[in-house]
Parts: sequence; structure tokens; C-alpha cells
Amino acid sequence: MAATAHRPTARKRPAGAPTREPVRRRGRVIQWKGYLYALPALIVLTVFLLVPLGQLVQISLFHWDGISVSTWAGFDNYTEIARDPQLRAGFLHSFVLILFFSVIPIALALMLAAVTTRAGRLRGVSVFRAMIFLPQVVAMVVTATAWTAIYAPDGVLNTALRAIGLEAVARPWLGDFSTALPAVGLIGTWLEIGLCLVLFIAGIGQIPAELYEAAKLDGAGAVREFFAVTLPGLRGQITVALTLTVIAALRTFDLVYVATHGGPGNATSLPAYEVYNRAFGTGQVGSACAIAVTLTAVILLLTFLITKVQPQEDET
Amino acid sequence: MAERTPRHPRRRLIAAAALATGVLTGVAACSPGPSGGSATSAKTSGPVATDPAKAGKVTLTVWDQNTDPGADAATEALNKAFMAKYPNVTIKRVSRSFADLKTTLKLALSSANPPDVVQANQGYPDMGAFVKAKLLQPVDRYAKAYGWDTAFPSQLLDLNRFTPDGKTWETGDLYGVSQTGEIIGVYYNKAKLKSLGLPLPTTLGGFESALAKAKASGLQPLSYGDADKSPGIHIFGVIQALAAGKPEVRKLVFDEGDAKWTDSGTLKAATTLRRWADKGYLGSGFNGKSKDQAVDSFGRGKSLFLLEGTWQSAVLAPKMKKNVGFTALSPAAGQPPLTQGGEGLAWSVTAKSKHPDVAGAYIDFLVNKNGMKAAATHGNLPAIPPADYKPTPGTVDADILTRWKAVSEKDGLLPYLDYTTPTFYDTLTAAVQELTAGHLTPKAFTSRLQSDYSSFQNSR
Repeated sequence: MAATAHRPTARKRPAGAPTREPVRRRGRVIQWKGYLYALPALIVLTVFLLVPLGQLVQISLFHWDGISVSTWAGFDNYTEIARDPQLRAGFLHSFVLILFFSVIPIALALMLAAVTTRAGRLRGVSVFRAMIFLPQVVAMVVTATAWTAIYAPDGVLNTALRAIGLEAVARPWLGDFSTALPAVGLIGTWLEIGLCLVLFIAGIGQIPAELYEAAKLDGAGAVREFFAVTLPGLRGQITVALTLTVIAALRTFDLVYVATHGGPGNATSLPAYEVYNRAFGTGQVGSACAIAVTLTAVILLLTFLITKVQPQEDET
Repeated sequence: MAERTPRHPRRRLIAAAALATGVLTGVAACSPGPSGGSATSAKTSGPVATDPAKAGKVTLTVWDQNTDPGADAATEALNKAFMAKYPNVTIKRVSRSFADLKTTLKLALSSANPPDVVQANQGYPDMGAFVKAKLLQPVDRYAKAYGWDTAFPSQLLDLNRFTPDGKTWETGDLYGVSQTGEIIGVYYNKAKLKSLGLPLPTTLGGFESALAKAKASGLQPLSYGDADKSPGIHIFGVIQALAAGKPEVRKLVFDEGDAKWTDSGTLKAATTLRRWADKGYLGSGFNGKSKDQAVDSFGRGKSLFLLEGTWQSAVLAPKMKKNVGFTALSPAAGQPPLTQGGEGLAWSVTAKSKHPDVAGAYIDFLVNKNGMKAAATHGNLPAIPPADYKPTPGTVDADILTRWKAVSEKDGLLPYLDYTTPTFYDTLTAAVQELTAGHLTPKAFTSRLQSDYSSFQNSR
């Protein structure tokens, strides 16, 4: 951490040292002009993002049912998040989803990407890629409805299990307390794998062919080649994939809204679903806003951590 | 990279400053919601102009939840007839499903330009909240002018009454009237009941022994699917009505007196439901099966019974013809039936409506004899069945009409349990899923409900 912060400053100082004053002044003028160009966007950003964000924080400090007079709550709504076991469980569930939305898809997509690029000229490879990417294009509501049917007690999955003699395994996947959350998570895996794969295949295309040749000359096999050339070359893409999929996992709403309503019991309740439910269903708008603020903070924190973990690829 | 890095802190600083400004202006502004005391100047007394023809050119915006085919057709026909009778009135209809209406009506009502007539759901979560926020106006003067106060049985009218502060239900001003009625009851497969040699059950005990007999003979006793979470309320409500009785349930839902959700009646109901689940009467995998799948499986003759609302008759009648019957159970033999139910959502006039008298006349057009008849001819159960409404004998509609009369005229209607507190729907539906799955004991189940109830009582 200290090294990365130190390096650029060290580099800049010798470049700027001799003519410090003029450069700085000129630089500043140019910069402010630059901000003028950004002003329209900044205004739009303020009106549509920052002001609502401010209101969100404001409302989170009140007890409000959405229509009648509100009363000051202070940090009550926040302490409730810490105290209410159901809300805490919601946040825990979304961390479980990160495993299914991020870790598994990225691992699988890395494997698939390595295999497809090594397969050389595979016939109709773009068709396969399109098929794997397709889940990203389909509306989440459609996805959720389709998977609900697959997971149903008499759905495709259970029918298939019974056909191969695994009757004992068959169950109402979304209605069983122990399988509901993983079942929702697997839908996420299916969704995100395409995105990761497309990112990684594009990334592999950017890795210089000489590196692979050199690896081959050194007698590296498929596995060595993957760890020595492909994986380091994909670090940037992995970070992007990680950021996108982690955010997708944390803000999952529609999937749960359509497939389980947070059930059975509260086994699949998630913060984003609770935000909607409390704001529009049960008239606890202040509490909904507090959850939203907390969720935003968690997402920002995780994204920040991911970018910190990212290696400085520009060094090469 | 070397160029970009030093700029970062400044950019972040500006973003942070903008964010902070936004937050500060937000928090510094007044608290969310209407500022206290800005009650609308709704005219709630004085003479009523009962002739919309004299009102000049009027556009009436109406929000309803009649999206089911029968209800939709009846509303459409009545609107057309109203506009034909009063050419100076245009009705702008906005129709949303129940769930969509529930989530959007609050925003619409609190906007500067709300609709004139809305269908408001009874109970503390909706109507109570609207009344508290002064978004609806009392319609007592219309009730007097149009005779609703004598036409409707008082137990139906009381469901639409609230004290002006929205804190006490069932008394105070009238905030609307309903056009249709509904109860939860037992649909049964006539042929299967006969082949098992079973009499039509009349009590909870008789029903349970019929369930046992069906199970023993290898027939699925009940079609039940609770993935949508709402059927859980209905099945538990019906059992609780019979096990706990009228006074206890009413005290709990209307929040009168010292009843507790942990009392013996509710505990007995929870124990019964858990027993049904354990004995397999509810089938397997019910928490992953949708309500529609359950109704469909009963419709295809896969089970003996279905516990559902009268609104499902429109789905079942075409499929099963005269093989489906409908009944409601009594707490004990010889007593009148007792079940969950009530009336369709109340038609209410909003506080800010510019034409309240036209709105009142429109509501009367929906709920007077003609309006009820129009509802009936499109397959709905009218709240006050007109004397000349006679469904074909032997059909499920005829059964439903008989039971509705037996229940509503003998004070056998019990309120839906989700009316209890704003969060009760969530609490109860999740708890029923856990109870039937064996994750909650009946005792833990009742104390979960009680803790929701007492926190609502404390916050009021």
C-alpha cells in the first residue's frame, strides 16, 4: 500500500521540480475549464443521484410510514439493523450469494476460457459464446420465472432426478429451508458465468502470443501455461468481473421477488428485497432507507477493497 | 498513471463535498411527510348534490383493483352505463392488480393531484394509514343520502369505519362501501367425497377426520401450495376461526381488549395446522408449490378438498362443472358457520377530490341494486345479493351464495389476519411456512405473532 502511494509522487517530483510555479498555475486553469465541460453532467448527477441520495440518508433518520407525519428516529433505524435477527440474516444471505454470483462463475469461466482458447479454431465458437452470454440478455423476471418452474416439486429437475433413480434427492428446491438459498444462488451462477466468460475470452485475446510461444518452448503444459501466462494476463479482467458480480450479488432483488418472496420463512430474504418490502409493503420507509444506506455503504466498501486488491497492471 | 494518481484526491474531495452538501441540505430540510396540521379542507358536512348531471363538465379519476375477468367486465360495464346516463361526466379508469395497487396507492394518494375515487383495502395497514394521514374523506353523508347505512348489514359497514385519527378500527366515520363479498371456505370434489363414503363435513373435527380418511385411502386430502406465502394466512385463519372462536379472533385483529396471540385458541390452531402438515394432509413440497398449482391440481381432481376464497370459483367452475361444491365450517355441530372473509375493497372518496358529490354518486351507482346485479351477472359475489339473483341450482355459485348468506347474515364473518398490524402479513406468512415445515413449534409460532402485535400496540 505504501509503495503504490509513494511511487507516483516520487516520479512526479523530479519532472515538476524545476518549473514548479508556472506549471501548477497553468495546470489549474486548464483543469477548471475541464470541469466546466463536465458541469452539465454534474448537474444531472446532482439532481438525479446526489439529491435523492441525500434524501435517502435524511429519511433514514426518521420513523415514517410514507404518508403521514414522520417522527425523528435518530439512529434507531440503524441500530434496528444490527439488532433485528431477520435483517442481519438478510445481509448474511447476500454474502452467501457472493459465492454463487462471483466466486463460482469466475472459477468456471476461467476454466472454460482456457479450454476454448486452447481448443484452437472450434467450429461455431461464436454460437457457443452467444449461448453462454444469453442469460445476461434475458430479463431477470423471465429468468426467475423459468427457474421457478425448473425447481418446482414436479419441475424438470425433480422429474430428471426421479428418472435416474435419485428419488431421494428430489425436493421442492425453492420451498425447502436448506436448499432455497443455494438454489437461488445457482440461478446467479448461471446468469453471471456468461459475462465472466466473455470478459476473459476478450482478455486472453489481448495477451501477446509470444508469451504463449515462450511458455511452449519452455515445455509448459496446459496447466503450467494457464497459471504462468493466462491467469496473470487476466488480472484486470478478473477484477472487473469480481466488481460486477459482487455488486450483482449484493443488489439481488428481482430474482427473490419473483422466485421466493424471501421465503420459505425468511430463508432467502435479502437487503434489497427488504428495502422494497418495507418501503412499499409494510410502510416502514425510514427503516427501508436505513437498509438502503447500509447496503450502499457495504457495496462501496467491497468495491473499494476489490480495487485495492487489484494489482497495478499499468506497471508492465 | 503517474499523471492520473495525484488528481484523484482532488476529484474525490469534490465528490465528497458535493455529497456532503446534498446530504446536509437534505437533512436540514423539514422532516419527510406532510408538515403537521396541514389537513386538507375537505368538505365533510352539508347537503349532498345527488344529481351529477348538474355538476357541469367533470372528469372523475378512479383507481380500482378489478383486474380479474369477472370484476373487470362488471366495472367496465358500469362505468360505460354511468357515462351514458351522465354525458357530462368522463370516468378515467386506472386498474391495477391488488398487489400493484397496494404498493402504488400510497404515492398516488399523497401526490398533489390524487384520484377522486379509490379502492382502499380494509384494516390498519391501508385504510387506517390513509385515514391517519387524512387522505380519505368520511362518506357518512353519502351513506345517509343514498341509504347505504340501511342497505348494508352493520358488520359489513363497520369494516370500513375508522376513528378520525386512524387508530381505532370498526368505529367512527365511514370511509367507503364495498360492492362484492368474499369468504374463505372449503371447495370439495363431489364425486370423490361420494366414492369415499364420506358425509359433507360441517365442523373442524369432521373436516379433520375426512382428511384422515382420504389420506388412508391414498387420495391427496388437500391441495395446498404456499410458495406465494398468501395461502398460509388463509388456511391458518380458517383453522383459527374454528379453534379460537369469534370473540378471540376479533379482539386480536381489531385490537380491542386483552387477547393475546399466545392464547389457547390460537395455540390450538397452530398445533392443528402443524399436525396436518406432519400427517401429510397438505401434501409434500407445499412450500415450493404455487397457489395456482394447488388450485389447478384440485381442479384436475387430484385431491378431495381445497381451502380457498370464493374468488376461485371462476377458475374452478368451468373445469369441474357441477362436480365442485363449496361449504363453510362451524365451530360445533348446529352452530352457524364461521370463517375468514369480508367484502371487496371499499370504494372511497379521496380528501382532495374536487368533485366529491359526483364521486359519491358514482360509488352509489356501483353499489346500489343495479350495481350489485351487474356484479353478479359477471360472476362476482355481490355484497348484498339482489333478490332476483339466482344462480343455477347445483352449481358452485349457488353453494357460494348460500354460504355467504349463512355467514354474513349470522355474524359469522371474521376479519383477515393481515389487517392486524402493518407488518403482520410478513410476520404471519413467514411464520406459517416455518411452522408447517417443522422449523417452528406451535408455541414459538404464537409468540412470534405476539411480539409483532405488541410492538405495534406500543408504537401507536
